[in-house]
Amino acid sequence: MPLTTARRAKRRGPRRFTSRDLAVIGVLLGIPILLDLALIWGPTLASVGLSFTSWDGIGDIHWVGIDNYKTLFTDYPPFWPAVRNNLLWVAFLGLVATPFGLLLAVLLDKGVRFSRFYQSTLYMPVVLSLAIVGFIAQLIFSRDQGALNAILANENDPVDWLGDPDLNIWMVLLAAAWRHTGYVMILYLAGLKSVDPSLKEAAAIDGASETQTFFRVVLPTLRPVNIIVGVITVIEALRAFDIVYAINHGRNGLELLSVLVTDNIIGEASRIGFGSAIAVVLLTVSLGFIVTYLVQELRGGKKG
Amino acid sequence: MTVTTPTAPVRTVAPVTGPGKRRVTRGRLGLHAFLMVVSLAFLAPLLLAVYASLRPYEETAKYGYFSLPRHLSFDYYAQAFNDSGMGKYFVNSLIIAVPGVLLTLFLASFVAFCVTRLRIRGGLVLLMVFTAGNLLPQQVIVTPLYVLFTKINLPYWMSDSMTMYDSYWAVLAVQVAFQVGFCVFVLANFMRTIPDEIVEAARVDGAGVWTQYWNITLPLCRPALAALATLQFTWMYNDFLWALVFISDGDKLPITSALNNLRGQFFTDYNLLAAGSVIVALPTVLVFLLLQRHFIAGLTLGASKG
Repeated sequence: MPLTTARRAKRRGPRRFTSRDLAVIGVLLGIPILLDLALIWGPTLASVGLSFTSWDGIGDIHWVGIDNYKTLFTDYPPFWPAVRNNLLWVAFLGLVATPFGLLLAVLLDKGVRFSRFYQSTLYMPVVLSLAIVGFIAQLIFSRDQGALNAILANENDPVDWLGDPDLNIWMVLLAAAWRHTGYVMILYLAGLKSVDPSLKEAAAIDGASETQTFFRVVLPTLRPVNIIVGVITVIEALRAFDIVYAINHGRNGLELLSVLVTDNIIGEASRIGFGSAIAVVLLTVSLGFIVTYLVQELRGGKKG
Repeated sequence: MTVTTPTAPVRTVAPVTGPGKRRVTRGRLGLHAFLMVVSLAFLAPLLLAVYASLRPYEETAKYGYFSLPRHLSFDYYAQAFNDSGMGKYFVNSLIIAVPGVLLTLFLASFVAFCVTRLRIRGGLVLLMVFTAGNLLPQQVIVTPLYVLFTKINLPYWMSDSMTMYDSYWAVLAVQVAFQVGFCVFVLANFMRTIPDEIVEAARVDGAGVWTQYWNITLPLCRPALAALATLQFTWMYNDFLWALVFISDGDKLPITSALNNLRGQFFTDYNLLAAGSVIVALPTVLVFLLLQRHFIAGLTLGASKG
């Protein structure tokens, strides 16, 4: 049995801690875990619990079963438009903004001159708060004084870019993409810089074209970045709130799940139970994506 | 400028494909044209906001934002700064953001270190709990947190409201708890790319956990930490949902909320708001531009590992 003992010893090796080590681990690992459980997961469970009640925030808590959900799915007009807009947001960021950010990163990674200038410019919108983005969107898209209508010179028949419920979501998505692209670009650029150049050289020697090299050799080595970018894209889309809130408080074509939650909880009605039910829907959708990614991550970790 | 591009130098391998010199330059020109157009398109909205902030309302109302200037002045900046008391709110933002970033990076890097380097039992579960927690939409947890914070009492020297609600502690705690998840995720991914042997060698030499973490692992994570610090600072500075919900005293609000003070009740002067937005955005833009150098230098340093 020398084999097993050797393996066991090897396994046990890194786990041999002194009492000082254990104290350091206990405190420094304990604080973040406690914070996370008390301020993130505890409240999440509480929200799930509240979604089955008709609590208004002040009086007694009454259990109402799944009534909130029934009302939500069948008798709450803004719900389905909000779901549609959230999905649209995911699709637009994922299929337009993210690939565009990747393209820009690849181009900048070729070592062009003025690369610093391009990077700074493209990343600039990321550091702006979404509320400011929403405000700038008003400067551009407003019907009467907006820059876009001025460029189009359509004074006689101005387009109300943000007021038209069929149109405004696309304008808002454009503003969100403006911010998202630079973020994706900088993440990929960082990843691309760390790719071993000899990989590309080897692929070139084997006769691979530049496109083949990128998709078959470079992109797979960027797996960690791909995962981060994917996660960020989905979260941003599900969390979207500030832009629409700054523009028109999320009404008239700009409904989002996050806005509906806030409206019900903070609004005058203070329907905390009902608002929590919407929050739980948002939670379920997010968890679907989150679990998918974590499974991916696990598989990648085992392979690597 | 100081960036060394890893693709440019051709060392031992002779160039495999030999595209004509003329084709290269033409391709480069097209590349530059494309990047230039995209950059200008990205910059245009910001320039427009700055442009609008320099012009009186009457002028833009009459001729539109896209007209030639007749009067240019910084009057709106003075007005925006004085009317809304931005100096005070700016300090409030820093009170939350600076300790928030430091605490978040410190705690997150230790968790990531425990999971990836010490391989503690249940590390993967821990990683999942943190990552998933950060991905939750804020609206899911707002209400129970509000109730919780009104129930937690604090001594007067910590909070003049005597509760955690309506104090910086509430916002700080939530920011840290929330953002640690994201940083753990990024740092764990980053630490996995550092060769195990470095920490192992230190361990063999008898280094304790703290030394392995603080002296060995953290310095190697500098590029990731710099990148995260920039991101986290801007996020905490820009966020206004938490402050909006957990702070009721108007004097404690962060600067993003101060922008609302510039909105009139019946009439909003958008040029004044533009000036306010530029002031609010300025610190984050500056932080990014200043830290970007470290960021890129760190990345190229990290790429040339031993």
